[in-house]
Amino acid sequence: MVEPARNALEPTSLLEVRNLSLGFAGGGRVLTAVSGLSFSVAAGETYALLGESGCGKSASALALMRLLPAAGRILGGEVRLEGRDLLGLAEAEMRSVRGGGMAMIFQEPATSLNPVLTVGRQIGEVLAQHTDLAGEAARAKAEKLLAAVGIADPARRLCEYPFQLSGGMKQRVMISIALAGNPRLLVADEPTTALDVTIQAQILDLLQDLQAEREMGMLLITHDLGVVARMAHRVGVMYAGELVEEAPAAGFFDAPRHPYTQALFAALPDLSRRGMRLQTIAGQVPTLAAMPAGCRFAPRCPHAWERCRSESPDWSAAGEGHRVRCHLYGEGLEATAKRLVAEGTERSRNASVAGEDAPAPGSASPPSHPPLLRIADLQVHFPIRRGVFQRTVGHVRAVDGVSLTLTAGKTLALVGESGCGKTTVGKAVLQLLRPTGGSVLLDGREIAGLSRSAMRPLRRRMQMVFQDPFASLNPRLRVGEIIAEGLRALLAGERRDTAAVVAALLAQVGLDAGAVDRYPHEFSGGQRQRIAIARALAVQPELLICDEPTSALDVSVQAQILNLLGELQASLGLAYLFITHNFAVVEHLAHEVAVMYLGRIVERGTVEEVLRQPQHPYTKALLSAVPAPRPAAAGEAGGSIIRLPGETPSPAKPPAGCHFHPRCAFATAECRERYPDERALSATRVVRCHLYR
Amino acid sequence: MPIQPVLLWSDFFIWLLVAAGVGAAWWSARQPLLAAAWGRVGHNRVGVAAATLLAAFALVGLLDSLHYRPQLPAKAGASPGEKINYSVEVLSLLDGLLTPLRTRVEKTYSEPLATRAYAKEMMEVRQEDGSLRTLRDYPRLRFGGAALGADEVRAPADIAGRALRALLAGVVGWLALCALVSGRLARKVGVPRREGWRRVWHGETTFAWNALLAALGVIVALLAVLVGLGGEYHVFGTDKVGQDVLYQVLKSVRTALVIGLVTTLVTLPLAVFLGIVAGYFRGWIDDLIQYLYTTLNSIPGVLLIAAAVLMMQVAIDTHPQWFATAAERADLRLLALCFILGLTSWTGLARLLRGEALKLRELEYVQAAQAFGVSDLRILSRHLLPNLMHIVIIALVMDFSGLVLAEAVLSYVGIGVDPTMISFGTMINNARMELGREPAVWWSLTAAFVFMFVLVLAANLLADAVRDAFDPRMA
Repeated sequence: MVEPARNALEPTSLLEVRNLSLGFAGGGRVLTAVSGLSFSVAAGETYALLGESGCGKSASALALMRLLPAAGRILGGEVRLEGRDLLGLAEAEMRSVRGGGMAMIFQEPATSLNPVLTVGRQIGEVLAQHTDLAGEAARAKAEKLLAAVGIADPARRLCEYPFQLSGGMKQRVMISIALAGNPRLLVADEPTTALDVTIQAQILDLLQDLQAEREMGMLLITHDLGVVARMAHRVGVMYAGELVEEAPAAGFFDAPRHPYTQALFAALPDLSRRGMRLQTIAGQVPTLAAMPAGCRFAPRCPHAWERCRSESPDWSAAGEGHRVRCHLYGEGLEATAKRLVAEGTERSRNASVAGEDAPAPGSASPPSHPPLLRIADLQVHFPIRRGVFQRTVGHVRAVDGVSLTLTAGKTLALVGESGCGKTTVGKAVLQLLRPTGGSVLLDGREIAGLSRSAMRPLRRRMQMVFQDPFASLNPRLRVGEIIAEGLRALLAGERRDTAAVVAALLAQVGLDAGAVDRYPHEFSGGQRQRIAIARALAVQPELLICDEPTSALDVSVQAQILNLLGELQASLGLAYLFITHNFAVVEHLAHEVAVMYLGRIVERGTVEEVLRQPQHPYTKALLSAVPAPRPAAAGEAGGSIIRLPGETPSPAKPPAGCHFHPRCAFATAECRERYPDERALSATRVVRCHLYR
Repeated sequence: MPIQPVLLWSDFFIWLLVAAGVGAAWWSARQPLLAAAWGRVGHNRVGVAAATLLAAFALVGLLDSLHYRPQLPAKAGASPGEKINYSVEVLSLLDGLLTPLRTRVEKTYSEPLATRAYAKEMMEVRQEDGSLRTLRDYPRLRFGGAALGADEVRAPADIAGRALRALLAGVVGWLALCALVSGRLARKVGVPRREGWRRVWHGETTFAWNALLAALGVIVALLAVLVGLGGEYHVFGTDKVGQDVLYQVLKSVRTALVIGLVTTLVTLPLAVFLGIVAGYFRGWIDDLIQYLYTTLNSIPGVLLIAAAVLMMQVAIDTHPQWFATAAERADLRLLALCFILGLTSWTGLARLLRGEALKLRELEYVQAAQAFGVSDLRILSRHLLPNLMHIVIIALVMDFSGLVLAEAVLSYVGIGVDPTMISFGTMINNARMELGREPAVWWSLTAAFVFMFVLVLAANLLADAVRDAFDPRMA
C-alpha cells in the first residue's frame, strides 16, 4: 500500500513552508498557536500532518490558503507554492491560487456543500473561476469530474441537491469541486473523520488513485494513525503548535523517535494489549496562553530533564530523512537515544508477547451465570407520517428484531456503522425510547413497556454514558450539581451526605475534588467524559450503556477513558453494553461482540471468534476496511482487502431478503428472497447468513 | 396633615417590582456564584455606565410614582375643626419638585431657550403719545427670560453665564464625589489617595468605578445645566398649550417604564412556560399551544388591541364611580393597556422558545436526566430554562423598546394611554401635527426622541453585559 519513501529533500518541492508562525488575537494580545512550522510537499507525494485536536494542524492548513478566521494572524514565515510566495500575494491574486494552485477538502461533507445549490452549479462556480469553460463545455467537464470521483450516473447527479446525496457521495462531490480548478496541491483536512469505515476506505482509495493519476501533492491533516499508515509517504507530527518529528512513513512506523509519538502509539488500544492498562500521557496539552518555556512536551514527558524545561530543542537527525525535535537525540546523547529507541521497540514487542499470555477475560469465565440483561426480538420502529392528516405511510425500522444477552461484569460490544440502529438499541434498553415490540429483561424482570413510575426504581440499576461529552453535560450547572442529579432523583429517600458521595465519585474517576464548583466548559473532553461517567456511577448501576464514549476524544485521552472503564469494571463488577464503531476499542475492552447491520444483528460471538475469524461477509469487510495503524500488522491480517460497493441502504426501505445482499460479493438468489435465520456455529457464536448452514 | 397619599395601582406594581429587585439583589449577594456573576457585570465598563444611566431614569420614574393630593387652602375664616379638603389633582413627588416647570405655562409654542413666542401675533402697543397701535410681532413670553425684563439682547450672554456657572458647580460637585470615592477605595485597600485615584482612572479596580464616575459626570453636568437654566428659561421649549417640554419628557419616563416593565411581567411567564412546555412535551400539548398562538397571531395585532382597549374604555366610561380622581382613571387605563399588550405579545417569544426547546430536548444532558427518571418539571426548570435564558433576555430588551414604541403607535391611533397622561407616545403623536406646520416645531419630537433613545440604548447595553456575565462559557 505504502510506496517506498521518497527522498525527503527532493529538490523540486511543490509546497515549501518555512518558519510559519501564526496566532490568534484576543483580549488585547496575540496568542501564538503555531510557531516555526517548516515542511515541504513534493509533487505526487502525500505529506501527513498528524496531531491531536488543538495542536494547530487545521489552523496551519487554513493559513496556507490564507483563510484564517478574523482573529487569526500570520506572524511570520514563508509559504511558497511552486516558488511563488503566497503570503506576499494580493488578495485578488490569492483567489486564483485557491482552487487553482491548491484546493481544500473539509472534514464535514454535510456542511461544506451549499444546500440550496445543485451539485452542477457548485462545480460550475469553480470552473468559471479557474477555467474559461462555460455553458455546455463546463457541464461536460463537470460530468467528467463527477465520473472521475466515482459517482455513477453523473449527468443526473449534476442536477441534484446535496440533500439527495449520501455522506460518502457528498465527500466525493467535495473532492470533484476541489479538483475542478486542476490544483497542484490538495489539502485534505480530516477528509474521512465524519465517515463510516467502509466509506472511509472508498474515499481514501479514491484520493490515492486521483493523486497518482494527476501527480498532485497532497497535504493530509488527520489525527488517525491508521489513515496515516495507509496514505502517507512522509509524516510530520505536531504537538502544541510545533512540528516535533518528521519522517518517511516506513521509518516513522518502524521506529517512532519522539517521546510524544511513542506515547501516541502506546496509547492505541488493540488485541495485543487486551486486559492491560493502556499507556497514557500524563497531564494535558498546554494552553496557548501558558506554553512551557523549553520543550513543549517536557511537562508530560517521562524522559524530561532540566535542559528540556529551560531550552527549546532544535532539530536533530535520526535517520534517513527522519528528524526529531528532542534533546534526547541531540549531540552527545546518542547512547541515551539508542536506549530509548530500543525501549520503544522492546515495549511494543513485549506487548504483543504479553498479549498472548494475558488471560483473555471472556474465555475463562463459566457461562452459567444468569444473564443480567436479556433482550429478545427487540423492535423499535419510527412511523413516517405524511400529508395533512399525518397518516402513517411507513416505518423506519431502526431496530428490527435484536436479541442479546449480557452477563454481570462482562462487556458486550455492539458494533456497526452509523445508522445501523445501535444507539437506538441502547436507548430502548433504558426505555428512553418506547420499543415497538420484543422484550427487555433486566435480571429476569420485563421492563419493556413499564410505566414511568414503575420504571423509576429500576433506573438506578442501569445508566448511560453518551457519545459527545460536550453535549451531555448541562453547561449551566456546576459539576457537583450534575453528578448529584441522579442521587437527588433516584435516592431521594436515603439520607446521605451528598457532598461526600460526590467527592468520592470524583476521586473514583480520577478528578480533583475542587471540580465540584466548576462548570463543564472549564474541562477538556476527556475530563468531561469522566464527569459523565461519575454521573452515571452515582446511582451505583449494575449495567452501563456506553454510547461511543471515546469517539469524540483524542487517542491519548481515549486510552485514559478505556483504562478507567476497565478499572471500574474490575472493581465494581459493572456490565457494559458498549456501542461503538471502533474495532480497536472492541478488541481492547469487550468480551463479546455483536455486529449490527440495518437494525439486525448479523453476527455475534466472543471477541476472539468474531475478530479473528469473522464469518459474515459484512463483518469481514468491516474488519478489512479499518486502516491499521501498524502497516506490518495490516500485512499479517492477510492483505486481502474487501471493498464494499455502495452505501448502507435506508432503514425505511431495507432491501428484500438479506439486507446485505446488494453489497455482498457472495450473494445468491436465495439471499435476494429470504432473510437468513440464525445459525449457531458454536456455543457462543451465531451468524445470520445463507453461506452457513 | 398637609397631604393625602394616594397609591395608584401602577405605583403598587412599580414598588412591588422594586421590592422584588431588592430582594433578588439581597438573595443573590448571598449566593457566591450569582454574586460572582454580578461582579462580572460590575467589571464591565459599558454595563456599569448603562446601569448608571438606567438608574437615573429609574430614579425619575420612582419619584414620579409617589402620589399625593395636596391640601386645599382653608377657606378664609373657617374654623380649625372644619373638614380638610384635598385637591382633586393627584400630584407626584416629581411634580412637586418640578413645580416651577409645571406651573409656568406659556400661551403656546416657544423655541428652546426663547424669550419670545414662536408665532407672530397681533398686539396692541400703547405708544408714547398714549395712542394704541396695532402691531404684528412675536409676543414676549411670560416666563421665558422674565428676569431680563426688556433687556432681551442680553439673553444669549445670560444663558451662557447661567449655564457656565451651573456647569462649574456641577463639575466641582462631581470632582468632590470622585475624590470621595477614590479616597474611600484607597483607604479600603490601604494605599495613598493619589494611588487610589490612579487606580480608579486606569480601570484597575474590580468594580468599574471609572465608568460609573464618567457616566455620573455626564449626568451631573447635564443636570446642572438643566437646573441652572430651567428656572428661568424653557430649556426644551414649550408645546402647543405652552407646557414646558422638559417637564413632559421627564413625566414620560415613568409611563415608558411602566409600559415596558409591567407588560414584560405579564408576557414573560406566559411566553416562557407555554413555549418550553410546547417544545419539550410535543404531541397534543404542542398542538394546542401552537393552535393558540397561531390564532392569536393571525389576528392583526393593532386590531386585537384596539378591540380590547375599546371594550375596556366602555367599561371605564360607564363606571365613573370607580375612580375618585382623573389620575386614577388614567392609571387604570395604563395598566389595562399593559395587560392587553402583554396578553397579545407573548407569541413571538413563545415560538422562539419552543423551537429552541425542541432542539435542547434532544441533547444528551436532557436524555441523561431522563435516564435518571428526573421529573419533567425539574428537567424544564433545571436543564431547559437556564439554557434558554439568553434568548429570553435578548427578547425582553428588544420587547422593551418595541413596547415603548407600540405605546406611541397606539396613542397615535387613539387607543393608547389616557389623553391626559403624558407619554412619549402622546408627545410623538402631537409632533405629527407640529412637524406639518410652517415653520415646523421640532423640539418636542427631538426631546422625546433623545430621551427614548438613551433609555432604550442603556437597557440594551445593560442586557448585553448581563447576558455575557451570566453565560458560564464566557466567564
